[in-house]
This record gives sequence, structure tokens and C-alpha cells, in this order.
Amino acid sequence: MFPERWEYHVAEPINDVINWMLNSFQGFFDGISSTILTLLLFLNDVLTALPWWMYILIVCVLAWFTTKSILTTIVLMLLPFIIGIFGLWQLAVVTLSVILTAVVVSIVIGVPVGVLMAESDFVADIVRPLLDLMQTMPSFVYLIPALMFFGLGRVPAVLATIVYSLPPVIRLTNLGLRQVSDDVQEAALSYGATRWQLLKEVRVPLAIPSILAGVNQTTMMALAMVVIASMIGGGGLGYEVLRSINRIDVGAGFEAGISVVILAVIIDRLTQGLAKRWEPPTV
Amino acid sequence: MSKAIELRNAIEVTNLWKIFTSNADQVDLTKEKELQALEDSDEDTLAVRDTTFSVRKGEVFVVMGLSGSGKSTLIRCLLRLTEPTSGTININGKDVCNLNTKQLTEFRRKEAAMVFQHYGLLPHRSVLDNVAFGLKLQSIAKEERYERAMHWIERVGLTGFENYYPAHLSGGMQQRVGIARALVCNPPVLLMDEPFSGLDPLIRRDMQDELSEIQASLKTTIFFVTHDLDEGMRLGDRMAVMRKGQFVQVGTPDEILADPADEYVARFVQDKRIRLEKANMKKTEASA
Repeated sequence: MFPERWEYHVAEPINDVINWMLNSFQGFFDGISSTILTLLLFLNDVLTALPWWMYILIVCVLAWFTTKSILTTIVLMLLPFIIGIFGLWQLAVVTLSVILTAVVVSIVIGVPVGVLMAESDFVADIVRPLLDLMQTMPSFVYLIPALMFFGLGRVPAVLATIVYSLPPVIRLTNLGLRQVSDDVQEAALSYGATRWQLLKEVRVPLAIPSILAGVNQTTMMALAMVVIASMIGGGGLGYEVLRSINRIDVGAGFEAGISVVILAVIIDRLTQGLAKRWEPPTV
Repeated sequence: MSKAIELRNAIEVTNLWKIFTSNADQVDLTKEKELQALEDSDEDTLAVRDTTFSVRKGEVFVVMGLSGSGKSTLIRCLLRLTEPTSGTININGKDVCNLNTKQLTEFRRKEAAMVFQHYGLLPHRSVLDNVAFGLKLQSIAKEERYERAMHWIERVGLTGFENYYPAHLSGGMQQRVGIARALVCNPPVLLMDEPFSGLDPLIRRDMQDELSEIQASLKTTIFFVTHDLDEGMRLGDRMAVMRKGQFVQVGTPDEILADPADEYVARFVQDKRIRLEKANMKKTEASA
């Protein structure tokens, strides 16, 4: 056995720090909370206001525009019907609003951070371990502080989702920018591009397929969090799954689970198609 | 440096060194031993070695050497795309090595333009936008930008292709875009890094002819790097043979052909001489 007197616990100090932050930065957390809540409510209002057939229409148009394949378009159009037939439409819309909020915030934070990482090795060295931490830390661990700072509800659910879904868009933005060919960058520099111009005219546009792949991954990660996020009030399909687990209702769990998968498939195909559309023309 | 020389020469390079190593500051360039160590090392490279030369205004100056001879590094040093280790570079009276970031940007925009072996075109921009790229960097208004770009697209024979993307063009056409992009900025000096090396022999010949034509009408100073002796001889008013980071011989193509400075240059020009002799013999036979 490991000697007992060598034991030292950081749990107590961590709790103290959390409590101290809770008291000292209440305004800061309230600010974040209200910003996210505003965005969430806005998206929620828009999504709830849309009639069900509007979703099918949007999926249809986007699928056709991004994939140009009749079969894919038809399949993607039919999939939402399954959610409706299971009677989970309303819950799916709630889930969608939580995910979209998390994705929007992830993009707003992630793309600039990814660009900074690509511009500076120093920033990259600092951010990379943080991303590793965010991705490997079991999500239950930060559910608790999220709960303490932001209470119970959809805002902490969104924040917990962001922690988990933010890394891919940062990583792939960084990677995309770093992968832009040296030939093109050198040519741009030789014509007198400043660092900013190089970024704006060459690196970011050429990294867009990679950035969009990051957005796609971020969305998938966010969807993977819906069940966990529902533990602190995320609601929606995730909560339905959670309730089925508690009641050992396999059938209901399956229905809700399949609905999450359908959401994932639709969003994945659409964002992947979008990424392909942005590839610079090749032969 | 006297005023007269400054006016006559477009490019003046003195004692230029470029060493690729982790600690370039610590190398004593005067010590042969240290240089030898650099050359023997696997990690470090002595790319350009104490090179001094000048290019006259309106002249086509060709640097010829095999791959690894340092010619690409040399041409990149002229725009400080590669930072020289030591030495001075003077282009159009500008002391290139002592420009600050802002001045360097301005210098690259106005004083020189470069054409690359791998074209370096923007794959997400049309031919028109690629040609206008240098002007866009200078924040020139869209209308003027496109007007000037169209003029050069026409001049290099790409009319009708202005809305194509680089990937849809052949290598030769892509390089025409590269040349148009360089010339649209009206640079007094044109730097060309093996621009035709990736092209088919016939297209290469056409492009060389067109370049000569453009040069004759614009009187642009051209600094041309190639590994192809024939190309160098066709285009160059003067040429330099480069080996292991140094100029082995500088002179007109005829001088180099007639009087190679050393064994290395002699081997280089041997084939060309044999071909010329054969042609001459045939000529004399025919006339006799």
C-alpha cells in the first residue's frame, strides 16, 4: 500500500478556490451567463417558430446545394420524419438550440484562437496542453463547477458542451493555416504582403476547408455531449435518454438515442458537404 | 559608391553570405576551417558564399548552376525572403539589408517582382484576381486593378481565361499568369527563379521568346536563375556559373563558351561546344 502519511489532498484547496471565485467574480459569471442565455433564447425562439416542414425544406435545399446528389438529398429529407414519428420533435428542437449555441460560441472563440496558434508557436505551445486537458478530462468533473457558477439549466449545459466541443475547431484551424503551401505564402510575401494581408488573403481562405472540418467535428462533439449535458438541465433528447436509463426503459431510450443519431447524421453530412464546396478548384 | 555606378547598376551585391545553421552569428566567415566544418556538416549548409556581383540596368543577368548550388537561395536573398547572413544588397539604390519591416514591404511592392518555379499562384482566386494580386496588396481600387491586370492578361496571351482557376490551366499557362502578375506592378527589376524548368521543351522555347520580346520592349532588368545552360545562353546578356555557393565565372555567354574559367565550367559547356562545332562543320561542308 502507498504510505498513508504521504497523502496530500488538493480537493479542499480546489473547493476553496471555486468558492472564492464564486464570491469574487459573480458579476463576470453573470455576464457570461446572460450573454449565452440571450443567444440561446434567440436561437430557441427562431427554431421553435419554424414550422416542421420548414426544417425539411431547409435540409433539402442545403443538402442539394452542398452535395448535389439526389439520393443523399432524399435520404436526408426523410430522416427528420423519423424523429417526428417518434413524437420527439419538440425535444429535438430544444437539443438543436443547445447545440447550435455551443457551436456558435465555439466558432467565435475557436477560430481566432486557432489563428493565433498558427501565427505564434509560443501561443500554440501554451494552448495545446489546455486542449488536451479539455478533451481528456472526464466531463462529469467540470459539470459540478459549471453547476455552481451558472446554476441548473441550459446555460451551464451549453458551457459544459463548449468545453468539450471547442478543441476540434481550434486544432483544425491551426492545422489548416499551418498546412498552407509555402510556395503560395512565399509568393504573396514577395509581392509585399504584410503579415495581416498574408493571413487575410492567403492563409485563412486556403484553410477554410480545414476550418469547416473543425466546425463539423465540433458539432459532432457537441452532439456527443447532449446526454451528459442533460444531467445539469440541458433538456431535450438527452434528458429523454437519461430518463429512460433511470427507468430502464430500453425502447424509449432507443427512440431518443436514434433521434440524436439522426440529428448527428444530418448535421454531419451538411457541414461536410459545405467543407467540400469550399475546396479551391482542382483538376 | 559613386553616383554614376549607382545609376548604371540595378542590382549590386557585395560579399553576400547565407549560411543555414542554428548559430550563424558565431561563425567566423574569415576562418576557412570553420567554413569547411559547415560544409562537411549534415545539418548546416553554406548556401551562398562571399558573392559579389552587379547587374546593369536593362540587362538580363542569368545565374546558372545545378541544384544545390545556392542559386535559389541567392535570388531569395535579394528580396529577403531568405534573410542573408552578411553582406550588402543594393537594388535601385535601396540598401535592402537595412530596410525595416515597413520599408521592406514597400520595397517588395514597388521595386522588384518575382516569378517562381512552382508558380505560387493562389488556387482559390481566378486568373484575373491572381494577376491583380500585387495591386490588391497595394490597396489599388478594383477598377484600376482589373484594368491593368486585363492589359497584361492580354499581353501574355491569356485573353478569355481570366475567370479560370489556376488548377484548370496547363503549366505553361500558369506561368504566364505568374509573369503577368509580376509585370502588372511595373517593377524595375524582375527576379525569375527557374520559371520555365517545369515546362515542356517546346513551350519553354515559346516562353523564352516571349520573355525576350517583353524584355526588349520594357527594358526591365531581369535576374534569371536556371539550371539549363541552353536557356541561360539564349536569354542572358551576361551569365554567372554558380557552384557550391560561389560564382565560378561571370561573363557573356560567348566568353564562357569560348573560355571556360575552370574544369567545372568546361564540363558544363562541353556538350554545347561539341554541338556548335558540329553545326559549324556542317555549315562549312555545305558552303564548300
